[in-house]
Amino acid sequence: MAQMTMIQAITDALRVELKNDENVLVYGEDVGQNGGVFRATEGLQKEFGEDRVFDTPLAESAIAGISIGLATQGFRPVPEIQFFGFVYEAMDAINGQMARLRYRSGNTQTAPITIRSPFGGGVHTPELHADSLEGLIAQQPGMKVVIPSGPYDAKGLLIQSIRDNDPVVFLEHMKLYRSFREEVPEEDYTLELGKANVVREGNDVTLIAYGAMVHSSLKAAEELEKDGIDAEVIDLRTVMPVDFDTIIKSVEKTNRVVMVQEAQRQAGIASYVVSNVQERAILHLEAPILTVAAPDTVYAFTQAEEVWLPNYNDIIEKVNKVINF
Amino acid sequence: MKRTLENIEEQFETFQILNEEGKIVNEDAMPDLSDEELKEMMYRMVYTRILDQRSIALNRQGRLGFYAPTAGQEASQLGTQFALEKEDFILPGYRDVPQLIWHGLPLYQAFLFSRGHYHGNQMPEGVNALSPQIIIGAQYTQAAGVALGMKKRGKKSVAITYTGDGGTSQGDFYEGINFAGAYQAPAIFVVQNNHFAISVPVEKQTAADTLAQKAVAAGIEGIQVDGMDVLAVYAATKDARDRAVNGEGPTLIETLTYRYGPHTMAGDDPTRYRTEDMDNEWEKKDPIVRFRKFLEEKGLWSEEEENEVIEKAKEEIKAAIKKTDEQPKQKVTDLIGNMYEELPAHLQEQMEEYKAKESK
Repeated sequence: MAQMTMIQAITDALRVELKNDENVLVYGEDVGQNGGVFRATEGLQKEFGEDRVFDTPLAESAIAGISIGLATQGFRPVPEIQFFGFVYEAMDAINGQMARLRYRSGNTQTAPITIRSPFGGGVHTPELHADSLEGLIAQQPGMKVVIPSGPYDAKGLLIQSIRDNDPVVFLEHMKLYRSFREEVPEEDYTLELGKANVVREGNDVTLIAYGAMVHSSLKAAEELEKDGIDAEVIDLRTVMPVDFDTIIKSVEKTNRVVMVQEAQRQAGIASYVVSNVQERAILHLEAPILTVAAPDTVYAFTQAEEVWLPNYNDIIEKVNKVINF
Repeated sequence: MKRTLENIEEQFETFQILNEEGKIVNEDAMPDLSDEELKEMMYRMVYTRILDQRSIALNRQGRLGFYAPTAGQEASQLGTQFALEKEDFILPGYRDVPQLIWHGLPLYQAFLFSRGHYHGNQMPEGVNALSPQIIIGAQYTQAAGVALGMKKRGKKSVAITYTGDGGTSQGDFYEGINFAGAYQAPAIFVVQNNHFAISVPVEKQTAADTLAQKAVAAGIEGIQVDGMDVLAVYAATKDARDRAVNGEGPTLIETLTYRYGPHTMAGDDPTRYRTEDMDNEWEKKDPIVRFRKFLEEKGLWSEEEENEVIEKAKEEIKAAIKKTDEQPKQKVTDLIGNMYEELPAHLQEQMEEYKAKESK
């Protein structure tokens, strides 16, 4: 086993799948020669050649659109959208087109495409580089949305996403790219999509989170422990589909829930999770479900971002409210 | 020959072989087609004109759903398709159902597409195509991808896609031709310029004199063709295909054409934006009329033959619509079942819910 950062684990997953399956293609803006602006594809063009790892012209809609075309020729495309804030340019190609290919063709054509993209706040990027737009994709039937919270998960989930025969948007939180290392097996392994992970067991309250907020939730849980509050933390890993079985099992034990997301509060993943929890487990709840989320403004690039982004203190505050309800 | 920014007007002069009187005006460009092939072209155009008339009638009777009339555009649609091989891949717009039919989609499935039934989109084995695209221009980027895939596979085939004059204003149009050019992918981009995007005239789409010249910016080959002349359309497409499979990259083909009918059968009234004079002018250019004159002159076509085609088309359409009626109706559970390879838990629950509803 090796100690890897999340970006290294992602490169490793791409290498594994490029090796395993000759139909896998990796491409996007600056992905080839430059190895990606975050170096996610570092060394891959040299190792696998320009035919399989290549630069594209600068146009997100076509990057997504050619993926559908390549899929018709039996390829398994893994395109990169350089920053997920640029996805608006590709929304028709993703939600309007690849999400529907299986349905539209009556199950005769598929889009086994994995769109990788960095997102998330706290790294002082310019406008439209940090936004949490997973909800836009998660709302589209036919799509899957995967968000790893660390190196081990990133490798196993990315390999599984690439092998999945339906389109997946795989979102990589920029703050997690190099913030810590973890043991990551060198061989290939997969983590099932649509399965959540209980990253901390506890009895008093369930914190549901994904991406970077898993770490804020864990930090909150540590602090809460000092006050005698035993929090369970669930990492969704996949925000579409959501693993309600794992959530409900936890709620039945803790009877209290705080939902945590970095995205703005309006619509979105948290609303979907919370509405499902109350439908499926209301009689197990001792308090209203509270949500920690960013305010309903556009992303506060750089200046106000430390306050704008939800943090562990916000989580502790909401936990105390549901405990003392 | 790579197009340049010089002498745009000369370079993009309309390519024509057969004039309105049915006379060959460009002998050098006459494609190498046998008498049988020439007759087959006529057969397909006449058949498709009848199919259009019957489809409009069926739509008015409430027996078809979404339908975009094709009369007037037969040469553009069928001349391009006639230049294809079975292994070529078609990415049609919503008006381009005839190309799919002649590429191998059974008629009853075309009718099912019109009714919004997914079986209409299930291409039979060996029919290389996507179902008709609704979003204007989306198929252009996909075509670049199909072509790039073919190139990577070392196939000697092409991807061909269709949009209209309005489609050339879309970002995806530029992205598609530019990507295909950058990768020298074997793609043919057809713009059927029927002069109106629903009601908006082509003059309001662009300040460019031709749509074909947009190829210049992408660094690809481009040509403007008389889209009412099936021989010119065929020759231009054949040439584009030959160059594409030889590794010489994509081509943009603009065909000048006209739709006689409304945009779709969903309430469009062309008298709000077109004059009768304009309709009459274009009907004089009719692709079937001029090709009939040409074939009759050569002794290859007669009124009896044409009537036979018309009768055959009517019979086949009748049989096809009967088969369409016999297909089981689409159910919500079919939709749910076609979303993912494996049903996620939340859809499994909804599947049960709708199975119960549908069994009532």
